[in-house]
Amino acid sequence: MSVTTKGPLPSEPYDVTVVGAGVVGTAIARELARHPRLRVALVEASGDVGDGTSKANTAILHTGFDAVPGSLEARLVREGSRRLAAYAAETGIPVEPVGALLIAWDEEQLAALPGLLQKAERNGCTDARIIGADEVRAREPHLGDGVLGALDVPGESIICPWTTTLAHATQAVRAGVDLHLNCAVEQAGPARSPDDDTATRHELTTPRGVINTRHLINAAGLHADVLDRRLLGRGEFTVTPRRGQLIVFDKLARDLVSHILLPVPTALGKGVLVAPTVYGNVLLGPTAEELDDKRATGTTEDGLAGLRAKGRRILPALLDEEVTTVYAGLRAATEHDDYQIHASPKERYITVGGIRSTGLTASMAIAEHVVGLLAETAGPDLDLTAPKDLDPVAMPNLGEAFPRPYQRADLIATDPAYGSIVCHCERVTRGEIRDALISTVPPGSLDGLRRRTRARGGRCQGFYCGAAVRELFDGWGESGATR
Amino acid sequence: MRRRRSVDVLVVGGGPAGLAAAARLAASGAGTVEVLEREARAGGVPRHCHHGGFGRWGVTGPQYAESLVEAALGAGAAVRTGVSATGWAGPLAVETTGPHGLEQITARAVVLATGARERPRTARLVSGTRPAGVYTTGELQQAVNIYRQEIGTRAVVVGAEPVSYAALSALRRAGVRVVALVTEEARAQVGPGRAAVARLGVPSVPLLTEASVTELLGRGRLSGVRLRRHDGRERVLACDTVVFTGDFVPDHELARRGGVLLDPGTRGPAVDPSFRTATPGVFAVGSGVHAVEPARVAAGEGVRVAGSVRRHLGGEGWPGGAVPLVADAPLRWVAPNRLVPGASGGRFVLRTAEALICPVLVVRQDGRCLYRQRALGAALPNRGLYLSGSWVGKVDAGGGPVRVAVG
Repeated sequence: MSVTTKGPLPSEPYDVTVVGAGVVGTAIARELARHPRLRVALVEASGDVGDGTSKANTAILHTGFDAVPGSLEARLVREGSRRLAAYAAETGIPVEPVGALLIAWDEEQLAALPGLLQKAERNGCTDARIIGADEVRAREPHLGDGVLGALDVPGESIICPWTTTLAHATQAVRAGVDLHLNCAVEQAGPARSPDDDTATRHELTTPRGVINTRHLINAAGLHADVLDRRLLGRGEFTVTPRRGQLIVFDKLARDLVSHILLPVPTALGKGVLVAPTVYGNVLLGPTAEELDDKRATGTTEDGLAGLRAKGRRILPALLDEEVTTVYAGLRAATEHDDYQIHASPKERYITVGGIRSTGLTASMAIAEHVVGLLAETAGPDLDLTAPKDLDPVAMPNLGEAFPRPYQRADLIATDPAYGSIVCHCERVTRGEIRDALISTVPPGSLDGLRRRTRARGGRCQGFYCGAAVRELFDGWGESGATR
Repeated sequence: MRRRRSVDVLVVGGGPAGLAAAARLAASGAGTVEVLEREARAGGVPRHCHHGGFGRWGVTGPQYAESLVEAALGAGAAVRTGVSATGWAGPLAVETTGPHGLEQITARAVVLATGARERPRTARLVSGTRPAGVYTTGELQQAVNIYRQEIGTRAVVVGAEPVSYAALSALRRAGVRVVALVTEEARAQVGPGRAAVARLGVPSVPLLTEASVTELLGRGRLSGVRLRRHDGRERVLACDTVVFTGDFVPDHELARRGGVLLDPGTRGPAVDPSFRTATPGVFAVGSGVHAVEPARVAAGEGVRVAGSVRRHLGGEGWPGGAVPLVADAPLRWVAPNRLVPGASGGRFVLRTAEALICPVLVVRQDGRCLYRQRALGAALPNRGLYLSGSWVGKVDAGGGPVRVAVG
């Protein structure tokens, strides 16, 4: 069990290497970890898991009601949704089954609802129904004027995306997967072993040295197409980053909204939603901007102004509340409508690309599907029969719907550090910060610590606690917390 | 589970206003007086203001904070640090979390003295990346003065009001070169002496007026800020640190969670000249009511609220039927902002959104002029503008809102 962030990499070849420690890559690594005889590596360009698209999305656990029926995405979202909901309950990932309302604001949108209902039914979402304006208003009294009706999808939930990725990674690492961070794959190609001229291996060149692996799984998200071309000399798809900017409103706005409020999708995209978060905030977004730059994760003045204008129509009172934070994520969109999961048996290589906004929901089903493909293509070369159950993990709770340490007299009685609040806006205690810093997959930065604890993620953004949190982070770093 | 206790007066917040209130209440025999302070040390913002200006010559923030704590303790108040008020269990019952466990403290009077904070970059909707090196003055001062942390090498300070110059001095103390102060206003909102400190320092710090920071650049670490002048011209200032100063808002979460009526202008609890909120038994003072005034003003209010709390404990009825006091643009807010029958005197503090030269402040109710006052000199944004309370007795308790405007 190891997590490395610097220094040379092991020279012994791995059986399987997964490139990309986002929610999909960590889920695949976790699934592979169920085969303890395999030597598995998870390599990640960034200094933390879940540091790309996986950290900056709308944090929704979808039913898949609006997927293209019959597509791979539709199937994996449906299965993944069920699996992740069960996994969340087991590991303590916060989920709130708030349900979604797809709101029609004009006649055209109202006319589209029956079609969407049919699609939902074909996707196995049998509890969806169309409701009238009065019921919508009764259930969401703060909505703006002009609501004509809605599609009620009770199965949609909100989830903590950070804890999900971290739970996958934690279980994978504890079961023996090597996680190598700060390990961008700069070159990839075949390596012929001197003592074995029949079998070939992949050689991945990273700033920290070379990794040899017999099988390779590409879960590189935005960069999956580049790795494809490096390795195969060709590619089935091109990733065009689609930026989504989002505004997070103060927790004091939480009472304004009960459901995920979705727009009726148009040809231009899924549109802007308003949704509660498991941390007790309210989210407004995302934009959908096709870009060329895979690093353009900044927000823009126009983007934020546009979101505010749309939000004002959906939930006018929301705009009077303070903004806690703004962020932008890049979805790995491709020219195809479906996920791009392809096996290349001859190259002992699987691409897991084009996983867009549904990747969080589908992650565990994608992992199972990919490991199934690997078993098929690897044949006797890899023993993937009889997967074992992993030791359960208990993730720290970041959600408001469940008791948090500062509310728990029992926990504080056993350790007063859980009664010592450091981050006041988010009520994060010294005990939780300490636990994160010495955890299996510790944070490499203050942002990583925020994703594990919520520390300095609240309305003051560090005015009160920033320096104190940094002091704790630096202190643990120096005393050598497992890194 | 939660331990239940009762006190006579519970003060939430151990800054200048809360500590001064507790000291005066304890000294005047108000019974058991307890201050809840969520930080490890009481004293509030002055704890991390290492500059002078806190009373007699040479008194620094930490010394001032210490003297307030000593006064409260000396008078017999309990000051409990490291204890957070997290919510309400009833109209005058506060829930707390601390290392010793959970409590529910019921009081005969609750004084909210929760202070204010600066709006961070995100709340100001400044676009761009999310790099390290982005501060508010509050975080910067703690990083420099309490924890002696490494800050950076080149900084831009957003703002040119008193707190911005405090940020400048903290940066200089940390060995950071300040590249510029940037303000949307046409001039600095400080006296000539303070402005000269920046200009005459080595190296001299330019003041860029009528300009705003519109975007942060850089990955991992800040590499620069995009500046836009009011005429539309843009430029990038290279820096690895930016400090967003001022733009204070009351930390009103506890008040709001308790259903205490807020004033739409200040966004803090609405209070009458005796610092009574609309909720019987709940008082509010200091920068949580008007963000922000100097520490000595907050402490002065703490002293004054003590008298009101004493009268309340003595059985004086809670006033009903308040008339709101509203500030008209370009005035942004006024506090106190609830006028109740029988109230008298006091002083009102206002903020203006625009610079005004010798403005005439006019107080009207239903078209009737209650008072006119010419202010001396210039009234600047982010600075206090004060209005006498001599007219308060003329308010018709059954009338409409009282408005204060620039005449």
